[in-house]
Amino acid sequence: MREVLDQWNFVIAAYALGIGGTLAMVAWSWISMRRAEARREEARKK
Amino acid sequence: MHAFANPKRFLSLARWLTPLLLVSGLLLAGAALLYGLLWAPAERLQGDSVRILFLHVPTAWLAMGGWSAIAISSLVELVWRHPLASLAARASAVPGAVFTAICLATGSLWGRPAWGTWWVWDGRLTSMLVLLFLYFGYIALAQAVDREGASSRIPAIFGLVGAINIPIIHYSVIWWNSLHQPPSITAGKSAMSPEFLIPLLVATFGFSLIFGGVVLARMRALLAEIQAEARLRRKALGDSASRGRGVTA
Repeated sequence: MREVLDQWNFVIAAYALGIGGTLAMVAWSWISMRRAEARREEARKK
Repeated sequence: MHAFANPKRFLSLARWLTPLLLVSGLLLAGAALLYGLLWAPAERLQGDSVRILFLHVPTAWLAMGGWSAIAISSLVELVWRHPLASLAARASAVPGAVFTAICLATGSLWGRPAWGTWWVWDGRLTSMLVLLFLYFGYIALAQAVDREGASSRIPAIFGLVGAINIPIIHYSVIWWNSLHQPPSITAGKSAMSPEFLIPLLVATFGFSLIFGGVVLARMRALLAEIQAEARLRRKALGDSASRGRGVTA
């Protein structure tokens, strides 16, 4: 018997994973950069 | 290239380039993905699952591009001792690993409706999985080297040796039998119709800008951490020296 798959489920899962992963990476890299630069400024002031 | 070896010069460039690359990349990739999801036509044989192409192919190219960047930066570090080359290699590892993971996951989600299986242990899929493990190994090694204060040449050598996997990934679909299709786009030629090719190239350009923006952000973070640590160490040394003078006086 041939299995019937709704291709849109796979497309939506792939887009959610790809977009979510990319946005999470961009947010993490931006926030960690700002935190590290703030720590450097703090160290300069000490 | 040596003109940008100076961290001050690098920072003056990276300060405005980082947000520019990230914002323009997100806009371009977002527009191409929206087109792929809503307006791209279904393919004759693969139906709607072909829309995964606009995510899968750019992330696959950038997964390989990320390790190529690590290998080139490692070579520059080993040969010319360029002060920012080690940072560039380390900064390329996380976005490279994330794009490899997205490529593998979207490929699996495309394989299920197209091939009838989530995974096969063929040359292309296996060599991409090896690339993901190489990224994990590189990240762990770079962190261990920082923690233990060992030579930064160790991850650089690992980065160069790992580059052997890149031509294996590229030629795997030619060398071995595979469910994975051979490349549709080669230098100057494409077997794709423009309605797929143009948004695919736009998505690839957008994801490349995001990759570049993340690499710059990681480089700035690593550089700031090194500078903060050096500053605190100098301060601690200065304090202990003045205490020492106080005791002897």
